[in-house]
Order: sequence, then structure tokens, then C-alpha cells
Amino acid sequence: MNRRTLLATAALGLGLAFGGAASAQGMDKVKACFVYVGPIGDLGWTYQHHQGALELVETYGDKVEIAYQENVPEGADSERVLTQMALSGCNIIFTTSFGYMDPTNTVAAKFPDIKFEHATGYKRDHANVSTYNARFYEGRAIQGHIAGKMTKTNKIGYIGSFPIPEVVMGINSYYLHAKKVNPDVELSVVWAFTWFDPAKEADSAKALIDQGVDVIASHTDSTAPLAEAAKTNGAVIGFGQASDMADYKPSPRVSSIIDNWAPYYVKRVGALLDGTYEQVDSWAGIPEGEVEIGEITDAIPAELKAEAEAMRDAIAAGTYHPFTGPINKQDGTAWLAEGAVAPDGDLLGMNFYVEGISGDIPK
Amino acid sequence: MLRLEKRPSPSRFWQGATPVLAVVLTMIAGGLMFAALGKNPFEAIRTIFWDPLFHPQFADYSRPQLLVKAGPLILIAIGLSLGFRAGIWNIGAEGQYIMGALFGAGVGLAFYPADLWFIFPLMVIAGAFGGWIWAMIPAILRTKFNTNEILVSLLMVYIAQNFLSSMSLGLLRNPEGGGFPGSRNLSQYPAASNPELIAGTGMHWGVIAAFMAVIAAYILLQRHILGFHIKLAGQAPRAARYAGVNPTGLVLLCMGISGALAGLAGLFEVSGPAGQISIDFNVGYGFTAIIVAFLGRLNPIGILLAGLLMALTYIGGELAQFMLGLPAAAIQAFQGMLLFFLLAVDLLSNYRIRPALKKEAI
Repeated sequence: MNRRTLLATAALGLGLAFGGAASAQGMDKVKACFVYVGPIGDLGWTYQHHQGALELVETYGDKVEIAYQENVPEGADSERVLTQMALSGCNIIFTTSFGYMDPTNTVAAKFPDIKFEHATGYKRDHANVSTYNARFYEGRAIQGHIAGKMTKTNKIGYIGSFPIPEVVMGINSYYLHAKKVNPDVELSVVWAFTWFDPAKEADSAKALIDQGVDVIASHTDSTAPLAEAAKTNGAVIGFGQASDMADYKPSPRVSSIIDNWAPYYVKRVGALLDGTYEQVDSWAGIPEGEVEIGEITDAIPAELKAEAEAMRDAIAAGTYHPFTGPINKQDGTAWLAEGAVAPDGDLLGMNFYVEGISGDIPK
Repeated sequence: MLRLEKRPSPSRFWQGATPVLAVVLTMIAGGLMFAALGKNPFEAIRTIFWDPLFHPQFADYSRPQLLVKAGPLILIAIGLSLGFRAGIWNIGAEGQYIMGALFGAGVGLAFYPADLWFIFPLMVIAGAFGGWIWAMIPAILRTKFNTNEILVSLLMVYIAQNFLSSMSLGLLRNPEGGGFPGSRNLSQYPAASNPELIAGTGMHWGVIAAFMAVIAAYILLQRHILGFHIKLAGQAPRAARYAGVNPTGLVLLCMGISGALAGLAGLFEVSGPAGQISIDFNVGYGFTAIIVAFLGRLNPIGILLAGLLMALTYIGGELAQFMLGLPAAAIQAFQGMLLFFLLAVDLLSNYRIRPALKKEAI
């Protein structure tokens, strides 16, 4: 991968101050439409987005109408669905998977009066396309801290979906915070190359457990890694991902990262209603309530639980950034100096492991 | 009570009438289901069958989309129908579709960013070749080792899917894609793209190829000795052998044609509507085409209509989902009903329904 182009893309993505044309006046009623990659009952990614959509109705009542479509394949079919939604009178369309990136921009070009919001992407080719994502790496820091303290074998694992900056960022954050409390910790990464494939995710978890890993974090959407951990009678613990996955409480699921899209959806539709809507590239996290840490169970000691909660509160208060120097890259070169915090551009284009992680990012 | 009496030969009237009857029955049963879900059944049926064609707001867009969606289904189904008529069962069109897309896109991307007139024609040839070679594997295994082509061609689909993942993560990955899987977007590379030829019609080269395939298959089956051989081999294999039909040649030919057409469908899709090779590029056209082939009674004109009908239920189903809030599963059930009724009422073309006599006639 060409690093320079990648960083350039990321830097572009960072331009937060667009001269996006704000709607001159507000609207009396907004029709908000959602395109989902899975079923709303997946209890993970899509479920969380739909909860956010329902929150809109809760908040604005009659002033908002929602419509959605489930199981929309990424690619050519999504372009048709988006166009039909635009024709049906949607005022704002949220496309909630990375693979809708090109179709979202293509359709947005044809409907300049309709707002498009694409989750997790980086292309905003037109003034009516905004992008939004969440700082999941903040949650990874807390998981890493718990993992470093809880591991007995000093081996922790991470099931990666795709080797993209968002995932690499999560791996680095997880490892750094485990290492901080346990210098002997070793991290194994398994790449599943899928977002949602319970069988593959279970295989990945099994492979990690066979290597002696006893704390697993996953970046995929199903509960399969937790189900696999549950078979070890408490020897292996893990975390809920995207949704709380409370069924696996109190163990193996000892905590979770919950995607909470409701604050963002409420804010954006509210802006459309009162006429303050502008194009944005939003990247919110724990402070804004977009990333939540699910209940830390009694399966971990009270003292550690207090530490983890303190870290969460520090991130929420803005007094702690998970990527604070000194941090070196895997090859030993300096990345962040003592006390420096990572610029967003570095994070969005992150294609390197930090020092101490063995193995390579697949190219 | 009623009893069934086998007709001496299938009724021509019922062969034409059963698809219509099946659609009517589907509307009734589907309407009951929609009503049970608390939706207005008439509105739901109208949204699925009428709105994509005639709704003032949507029709201008969805009518052409019908062709875009039906194009690959028809192209693949035509190829499959030839083999099915001859009793050669290529179930792996999905894999041949993937390989056609990979070969074609591979050729196109190899030339990136050159702007040469022959790139797209070369991709078309490569696409057909990719599908053909993938179909030749089960074909040759059958003719040489007498393996079962149903199993082999089906299993080859899974191999093709793994190729697809590996290509979208490796060799064909967009070097400017930020590490995400998936190739460059061919629709943004004019020399290799398959655009809409006349704005607002949905016509792209794949749709034209599908129409050409329908005409060619019609002529082949009606007027050409090869078409006669295909039909004969399916209806009376031993008679075919006496008539000088070479079974090995027929297997290679039918598998080859269906593979090449599936490969072409993949190529036109990847360079047009889909735009890029990605892990989930295939959405089941190869399998749905099997249904389309049978829905169309393995007849080229029937397949054309069946492909359009399937496309209509997809597009109308999408409309119904977000206009009326019908769940995705209800739409799938509705499509399932259509197929069920089609197969069920097919009985009428081969059997007569008679009131049962008190005393057996014979």
C-alpha cells in the first residue's frame, strides 16, 4: 500500500471545516431513511443503528418519519435502493456500511437537495454527503487494560476483520494498554476477513484459544467468539462487540463496547429541522456518548473494575487520550514523543503496528 | 372428490396459462400474508407489481432498473436451459459468473490507466473465457471420468468464491483503497467500463447480450440441427445416440456455452452496475438463474419473461419494504410463494383434474 496516498486521503478526510451549504431555513417534518447491511435483529451492528433510528421517533415524535431497508447488499443493489429512497421523498438518508461508499456518492450527485450520511467511509465527493464514525479505539483502551490484568498465560488475542486503519487502530490501542499494566503480555492477531460470519469467527477464536490465549477481543459483529470462549468453563474471557451481548454475562463477556448512534442521529435530524444542518466529517467517541462501555461484570476484581471505570471517565472528561506518547512504531522508529497525543490524521491512516506487537499487517 | 388423470401429451393451453394462474394465486396467498401482518394487501400487491412499472414517482427510474436486474439472470438462464434440455445439469453458474468477472476485470485492470479502444472488447473475451474454462472442469471430468457434473460444478462455486476473496484482498486490490478489500472501480475507468448506453433506459452491453442470447437460443432450438440434437438427447438419450448425436461433444458444448454466458454476465456486471471486484461481488444470480430457467419452461421467450418477472419482484419488493415497512423476510416469503405456485400448478399441464367416479372406470 502506498503510504503517502493513504495519508493524503486521510488528511483530506480531516478537513472538518467544510463550507457546506447549510439549509437556509428549517423544515417542519423530516423523512429520515436508513439502509442496513444486515437484519435489524442481528443483535450487533445493524441492531444498534436501528435503535438509533427509533430514538429519532422517540425524540421528535410527529416531526420525523423513518423508513428503512434491511439486508441491502453492498454494490449495485444498494445504488438502486438509495435511488428509490431518494425518489420516495426521503430528506436524509443514512447508509450504514462501508461498502455503500461509492453508491452513496453516486446517488448523492443526482439528488443535491437530499442529505446523505455515510457511516465509516471517507468519501465526501459532493456537498450533500457527510460521513460519520465512532472512536472505537477509546473502548479498546479499556479492554486492553482489563486484558493485561486478567490474563494468566500472558497471551491475549484479537480477531481482526479487515486490515484497515480502523481495525489496526483498535489493535494498537488494545495492545498498548495491556502492555502498560503487564509488560510480559504477548498479542496474537487473527484476521477473519469478514465483518459477519459466525463460523469463521468461531474458528478464529478457537485458533487463539489453542495458542494459549485467555483474553479475546474481536472486531467482528457476531457473538461467536464469546460462544467459543464460553466452552472453556471460565478459562477464557472476552468482550461484547458493537452491541452489549449481555447474554454472555457475567463471563466470558466481562465488558463490552456499545455503538450508540442515537446522539448523532438525533443531532443531525435536529439540525435539519431547525435549519442549521451542515456537511460534516464526524468522529465522536466516549465523551459524546457515541461509544459506551457496557457493564463491567463481577467476573473481574473490584479494584480492576474501578481502574477501568476511571479510565473511561478520564477519556470522557477529555483528560486522557489513549494514544499519548512516548509510542514507537513496530520497527522501533519514534511515532509520538513524550506527552504528545496522536493527531487524527495519523489515526485515520494508521497502517503500522506499535512497538512490541509481532507479526505483520496483511498487505 | 377429485382425481388426476394424466394427459397423453402436455396441454398447450395450460402450459401458457399456468404462469398467469400462479401469479394470481401468489397475489391471493401473499395478500393474505400481508393482511396478517397488518398491512393493506391491495396496497402491498400494487406496490410490488404495479408501482415499479407505472408509479409516476418511481417508474422512470425503476423500469430501466428492471432490465439491469433481469439482464444477467436472462443471460445465465439461457445458457443453462440448453444444458438442462439435453439433461446436462450445470448447477455452478454462480462460480462461472465469478470467474468471468475475475478474468474480465483482471484484464481491464492490467491495462490501467491506459486508454485504448480494445480494452473492453478484450475484457469481454476474457470474461467469456473465464466462465468457459471454469465450466470445462466439470465437463471434462464428466466425459473422461464419468463424475457427476451436478456435484462438481456446484463445488466449483465455493472454490470460485475463495478465489474472489483472495483476489479482492490481494492481486486485484485497489492500491489507493486505504487497505480496504476490493478492486478499483471499473465504472470510473472509461476504457474498461460498461456504461448505460442510452441514458435513462438501463441498457448496457450485458442487457444487449441477454437479448441476443434469447434470439440466438430461439433460432438454435427451432431451426438448427444442433437444437434438435439437444432436445433429442434430453428426451430420448438412446434414440439420440442412434441419430448420431455425440454425447461427449454435447456435454462439452452445453457446459461450455452455459459457462461462457455466465462468465459474460459476470463481466458485464463487474464492469457496469457493480463496478468493482469485491468479496461479496456475487449476489446469487447464478443460482437464481436456475429458477428463472425453469420458470421460463426452458424456452428462450419464457426465460425472457421469467427474468423480467423475477426482477420485478425484487425491485417491487424493495419498494414495498421501505414504502410500507414490510419486513425483508415477508418479501422473500412472497417470492417463495411465487415459485411454489408455479411448480404446483404445473401439474395442470400434465394432468387433468376430474371428479372422481364412484366406480373405477377401468
